[in-house]
Amino acid sequence: MSDSDHWQPSASLAALKSRAQQLAWVRGFFASRNVLEVETPILGRCSVTDLNIDSVPVGPGGDEDRLWLQTSPEYPMKRLLAAGLGDVYQIARVFRSGERGARHNPEFSLLEWYRTGFDDADLMGEVADLVCGWLDCPRPVTVTYRDAFIRFAGIDPFSASDEELRAMCQPWMDAAQRSGLLRDECLDLLMSLQIEPELASLGPVFVTGYPASQAALARVTEVNGRLQAHRFELYIEGLELCNGYWELTDPAEQRARFEADNRARREAGKSEMPFDEALLSAMESGIPECAGVALGLDRLLMLKLGVDDISEVLAFPDERA
Amino acid sequence: MASYSTNEFRGGLKVLLDGDPCIILENEFVKPGKGQAFNRVKLRNLMTNRQWERTFKSGESLEAADVVDLEMEYLYTDGEFWHFMKTDGSFEQFPADEKAVSDALKWLKEQDVYTVTLYNGAPLTVTPPNFVELEVVDTDPGMKGDTAQGGSKPATLSTGAVVNVPLFITIGEVLKVDTRSGEYVSRVKN
Repeated sequence: MSDSDHWQPSASLAALKSRAQQLAWVRGFFASRNVLEVETPILGRCSVTDLNIDSVPVGPGGDEDRLWLQTSPEYPMKRLLAAGLGDVYQIARVFRSGERGARHNPEFSLLEWYRTGFDDADLMGEVADLVCGWLDCPRPVTVTYRDAFIRFAGIDPFSASDEELRAMCQPWMDAAQRSGLLRDECLDLLMSLQIEPELASLGPVFVTGYPASQAALARVTEVNGRLQAHRFELYIEGLELCNGYWELTDPAEQRARFEADNRARREAGKSEMPFDEALLSAMESGIPECAGVALGLDRLLMLKLGVDDISEVLAFPDERA
Repeated sequence: MASYSTNEFRGGLKVLLDGDPCIILENEFVKPGKGQAFNRVKLRNLMTNRQWERTFKSGESLEAADVVDLEMEYLYTDGEFWHFMKTDGSFEQFPADEKAVSDALKWLKEQDVYTVTLYNGAPLTVTPPNFVELEVVDTDPGMKGDTAQGGSKPATLSTGAVVNVPLFITIGEVLKVDTRSGEYVSRVKN
């Protein structure tokens, strides 16, 4: 690409028209199910504590008046749930620092929705309705995280020792690198580099039953003697499309997870993030039982158009923004 | 020495890996929505020329390798070293050993200019230009009337390189040769 082409969109004009059609289709889907479209701030006083998501800070202020571009509209949407607005969805621009690749752009479009009275299985059904309705693809099969590891990596992610998991990473990292890997880092590496590519052979597939250490904001229960998160992801052609939870509603547990996140951030040499006290207050006042999911709209369009690079569905990706 | 973080990795960057200078060929960013990000990197080891694939946790860094490419004129060989001189007017000379010149050896002509890759100030590899012009010192006699098409024959050039040439080429002619494929391109008109 020469500098003089830089003003042009990287997506074709046809792809940009498909983007608009996709947005209209999604809005039609939720209108027909009486789910309300909402908007919440893109610029917030707090952001996520997640160890592996880096928020983009905004403004010249010190720590006290710093603002953050939102990495997901999750917290403010939960406040709306607590306020009694009922089933809600949002099409949000979100930002994640440093994430750029064939499947990532630091600014991207997230479709997030919450259904009161749903659990994870109910919401998986609705995700399938939306995705398969738009892509015209077969309904997803379901495989547990544990079964996917046993089938495609030959190891049980719940019972394997840290040492066994590190040894599994040998094709990608040398001994010195492997010795520094935490358990969840080994699992993430195997999931991303060994299992994800194999999932493509299953067609659309939900992965469920994540280890409790990867629960994020999902509730955790004991299943067959193992603590599992009620979290699901949908993969199509090996592309991770969404991440959903039967939502945690317990404020004490939520605070404990924020604290654990910040402990992990400190140990990894990252700065701690302020807790979203407004979310915690909302949870204390009571969030209805619900399930929620966030789905990458850019990736959904990649699948619709059969393209491999997110630049092909964005008008102006990072380098041209 | 400077170092580069994974988010600075790009094709062409020279880094140290396991103590050897390497050039980055490709860098792929991989990240689960909730989880650790990784960079899958393809590199070529400049010492062995072998291609490596290595995965890093995003945010890890590698030390920069002190590797620079300089245009230099080939002067002469003393049998053990091949001597090159900077073309910047400094007359600074660098002896390259046989390993460094091995890929360029059959194309080396005195006073021609080559790319010399220096690692920590010493020649690591010598790369010939894509095209060189060399004189034919030996080949079977040319055949009259066979100027357009037909077979080929070996011809030995002044540097010792042997290339396949059309039948009409004769001793004393200067040829343009592609050093990447080792193939004859054309005659050079004097």
